[in-house]
Amino acid sequence: MKRKSRTIKVDYLARVEGEGALYIDIEEGHLKDVKLKIFEPPRFFEALLRGRRYSEAPDITARICGICPIAYQMSSSHAMENALHTTVDGQLRALRRLIYCGEWIESHALHIYMLHAPDFLGYPDAITMAKEHPDVVKRGLRLKKAGNEILKIVGGREIHPINVQVGGFYKAPSKQSLALLAEELKWAQDAALETVRWTAKLPMQDFQQDYEFVALRHPAEYPFNEGRLVSSKGLDIDIADFDLHFEEEHVEHSNALHCIHKGHGAYHVGPLARYSLNFDQLPPMVQQVALENHLPKICSNPFQSIVVRSIEVLYACHEALRIISEYEVPPKPAIEMQAGPGIGHGCTEAPRGICYHRYELDEKGNIMDARIVPPTSQNQKMIESDLRKFVSQYLHLSDEELTWRCEQAIRNYDPCISCATHFLKLHVKRN
Amino acid sequence: MLIIGIGNRHRGDDGIGSWVVQKLREQSLPVEIIEHCGDGAELMELWKSRDSVVIIDAVQARSSLGDLYRIEAHKDEVPADFFHYSTHAFSVAEAVELARVLDQLPPLLTIYGIVGENFKMGADISPKVKETALKVVDNIIDDIRNKE
Repeated sequence: MKRKSRTIKVDYLARVEGEGALYIDIEEGHLKDVKLKIFEPPRFFEALLRGRRYSEAPDITARICGICPIAYQMSSSHAMENALHTTVDGQLRALRRLIYCGEWIESHALHIYMLHAPDFLGYPDAITMAKEHPDVVKRGLRLKKAGNEILKIVGGREIHPINVQVGGFYKAPSKQSLALLAEELKWAQDAALETVRWTAKLPMQDFQQDYEFVALRHPAEYPFNEGRLVSSKGLDIDIADFDLHFEEEHVEHSNALHCIHKGHGAYHVGPLARYSLNFDQLPPMVQQVALENHLPKICSNPFQSIVVRSIEVLYACHEALRIISEYEVPPKPAIEMQAGPGIGHGCTEAPRGICYHRYELDEKGNIMDARIVPPTSQNQKMIESDLRKFVSQYLHLSDEELTWRCEQAIRNYDPCISCATHFLKLHVKRN
Repeated sequence: MLIIGIGNRHRGDDGIGSWVVQKLREQSLPVEIIEHCGDGAELMELWKSRDSVVIIDAVQARSSLGDLYRIEAHKDEVPADFFHYSTHAFSVAEAVELARVLDQLPPLLTIYGIVGENFKMGADISPKVKETALKVVDNIIDDIRNKE
């Protein structure tokens, strides 16, 4: 017999960065509505950038997030260089990839081990998981630290690094300091391989969605900083055309704008999209590990994102070691920039997906207009779509289990609500 | 000894950890004093190989504004919802309890939790929270001097 009225309220959904709430309305045994409400206060970063020097954008925007500051520093630096007709290449470009490796490793390791894995094993949190799997949790923490060490050496410190500037860096690291990093990264690469094998064996929901994946694609490498924007449904554009194809819309229930692909609707950014659109750009060793662990080349099961993140950690360790082995200290830590007018676009692959920036500069190089589209606001509509389909399949579950499954489905996206505009409260209303 | 003031000074009562750090720094104490955003994994790294650590943070508890909780976390459990306000996915309470499970807690870990109520962006710290914080400052200074 269907229950006529049922209301579940979970005041605090843990293991999500930021403040938000999930509202589920079930009427007569049918799902009526799903809303991911973000009540994180608006941050006004775009407004406070106006009037500031072009050179200030990397340090100001890095403050948007303590977990993925590199994404903001890289997207803003590339956008400014694009506006001022400068290209950063050689060892400076390689150092930018290296620092991004650090961010992917620390962000993904935290999410895999501390935030997401407990869902799969039925633990309420990482602490309870650590009681039965202490060595696994220690491995996760050490992996995260390996990523942080890259940020510290290349970026000056782990959180909100201070060594990044438009045109390159304030100081280039010595060969010796990077060689020291390599020792721990060799351990990290082995640990990442163990992470893939461990996550691939986790009990997995069979849930597939017909996603439009959107990610950067570069002709010669797995994307961090550069490439064209491509999608699994035929999009292939220069990043400068982002606004022609994507638009942000305000929805009443969220302080974060919802981004849609014009004429198509919701789309998916992040590890699943990157991997599925760039599998062939992974080194043969990483491809082999993915296939050996039964990960398809195109992965449409968001619950498998934990395995894909592990693959990306493996790739990031491998790539970091390659960059370090080929590193020579650049003659200058940065290219000298000439301030001037222009419009510039930057789009880079944050751990959670593409982070798009656009700036308009006046003749003195001051910012007249700024636009920042973080990954979580792009995924927000997709998360709601996943939940709509997912909840419809699991209406028979108890409130407690349904809540747990929904939280797991949200965490598939490792949403950073702080970025998108913090606590996620869950309300399930059953009538 | 390491003293860590946790919080965000731009979010009302959440800024009390930073405020206490400022007051302690005015005293030229022979200890390391830092401000921290409260990220759990970072905290675990910070207190590794330390003998004595003191943490000051704002808390949300079902008691009155300005109430003070002193937890000897090396032996007593930190209530899971104590630092409810934290916007970090992995924060102070989780870090303490995870470190306990992994046998990575410092021998002495004292947490001062001051009950706040206004955590709005740009808000001032409530007078009652500051009043309690001054007692915490005196308490910490006394503890340091008694050890000298």
